Amino acid sequence: MWSECIYVFEVVNYNKYVMKASIILFILGLILFSGCVSKDNNDLTIAGSTTVQPIITKASDVYSAEHPNVRIGVQGGGSGTGIRMVGEGSVGIGASSRELTVEEKRENPDLMTHTIALDCIAIVVHPSNSIKDLSLDQIRDIFSGKITNYKEVGGPDRRIVLVEREDGSGTRSMFESMVMNNTDVSDSALQKPASGAIRFTVSGNPNAIGYVGIGYLDDSIKPVSIKGVLPIEENVKTKAYPLSRNLYLVTKGAPSGLSTEFIDYILSEEGQKIVREEGFIPIR
Amino acid sequence: MNTKGFTLEKTIGRVLMLFSITAVIVLLLIMLFILDSGLPLFTKVGVLDFLFGTKWVPGENLYGAFQFIIATFLVTFGALLIAVPLGLSCAVFLAEIAPSWAKRIVRPAIELLAGIPSIIYGVFALVIIVDLVQITFNLATGETILAASLILSIMILPIIISISQDAIESVPMLYREGSYAMGATDWQTIYRVLIPAASQGIVASIILGMGRAIGETMAVVLVIGNVEKLPMGVLDPGETLTSAILLEMGEAVVKSTHYSALFCLGIVPFIFVLLLSLLSSRLISKSSGRFE
Repeated sequence: MWSECIYVFEVVNYNKYVMKASIILFILGLILFSGCVSKDNNDLTIAGSTTVQPIITKASDVYSAEHPNVRIGVQGGGSGTGIRMVGEGSVGIGASSRELTVEEKRENPDLMTHTIALDCIAIVVHPSNSIKDLSLDQIRDIFSGKITNYKEVGGPDRRIVLVEREDGSGTRSMFESMVMNNTDVSDSALQKPASGAIRFTVSGNPNAIGYVGIGYLDDSIKPVSIKGVLPIEENVKTKAYPLSRNLYLVTKGAPSGLSTEFIDYILSEEGQKIVREEGFIPIR
Repeated sequence: MNTKGFTLEKTIGRVLMLFSITAVIVLLLIMLFILDSGLPLFTKVGVLDFLFGTKWVPGENLYGAFQFIIATFLVTFGALLIAVPLGLSCAVFLAEIAPSWAKRIVRPAIELLAGIPSIIYGVFALVIIVDLVQITFNLATGETILAASLILSIMILPIIISISQDAIESVPMLYREGSYAMGATDWQTIYRVLIPAASQGIVASIILGMGRAIGETMAVVLVIGNVEKLPMGVLDPGETLTSAILLEMGEAVVKSTHYSALFCLGIVPFIFVLLLSLLSSRLISKSSGRFE
């Protein structure tokens, strides 16, 4: 086949030797470059929570652009997977959106958690909705389908349309564990693939109620306060607002080498700016 | 020089053949990959539980896809119900009635319609059609199967119109002259002679449009609401096979049961569209040869 291809070029007046030489050069180049992709101490893999993933992905992009010899791989998998993998030593850093469980601590007593950001979800409605304040129990009854009209919780006479994230979303699992308490969300809820899509739907439908990360709040939707506490940054930092949590990076023992540098980078001013850009609350 | 020219011809022929075979190989590889990724599901879940179960809860290992299949068919047939009469009338108009200036405007406009990216259709539908449906039917939300059908019908119109128009235009002049000679009017000629004569091409256009509607993901996922509940009618939200894949693939752990289940969701429309396109290519080749 190759000889035929080269022959075609020869007939249309390409120099045979130039062709052959360039093919050899090309193959040599391939061999040389494949040699470059070898493992060394500048490799770091981070796996775990899909909630934390956007922060790490962005931070690792910026960090490796500044340090060209460093290679950082970012994987999802969920908090549990991340913690298990860092315990096994198969990744350098695990990402988690929850604290370590008692079992995880017993299994790997030397795991260390580093808080890198705060996450908070806001319950949002259409700006024209007169609902201002709900209790966690009311939110649970709304999302389980027990309450189907806003007038049952002191709002206007409107049917409630639930909007939630898709199965597997970090925001959804946070909402389910902090609000729903083992009650299922009604199967009539509309599912959206992203927080931005929830914001779009809620801003366009006066009947809708949904939840988004605090970074997605803007004028097109209205956050509802919970027992009088609004989802704003200072209420999250003082833990007065109930739907918030810490986001962690997990290392086995004290971090060393590249892990230290990367964690320090995320905690630096520049790293915390990325945290804010990705819609989370910086810790400093 | 002569033998060289001959070898060149042969070589180019072979290279071209190699390229076209690549397309077939890619198709086979995709089939193999989908089957290989999807079929492991059936070691955990029965085929019937998958096809006729109505509970899709990956966390509890429940993988019933019946509601997705029903939603997909409701959306598809809804779209056809709207697009076929519209498309066919437009094709007849363009082929038989339209003055040439109208043809020059309408045909390119329709072809342009085919080139718009589906996400644009989706956003248009999300902003306009969803609200329209919500207000018209006084629903709590306009994100329904009907909204998806409406936008899909616009998307498959170009396919139906252009193939049907070609089919009608390829009916030989002899047929029309014969019909007029018998004293038939324009309309009688169209629906007694031309449409029956072009029927295979028309059916092929409908089948191709149907294939497009079944496979379309992006526009549908934006407007259908994505509710994993068996839809009771076109005014309910639903979730199609393809939108379920789009929503969940990012979160499914590679090689897990959930992952295979999503591939199985893909196998259903894949097999269906494959059968449809085989059928339509048979019909098109039959109809193009029948007047000779």
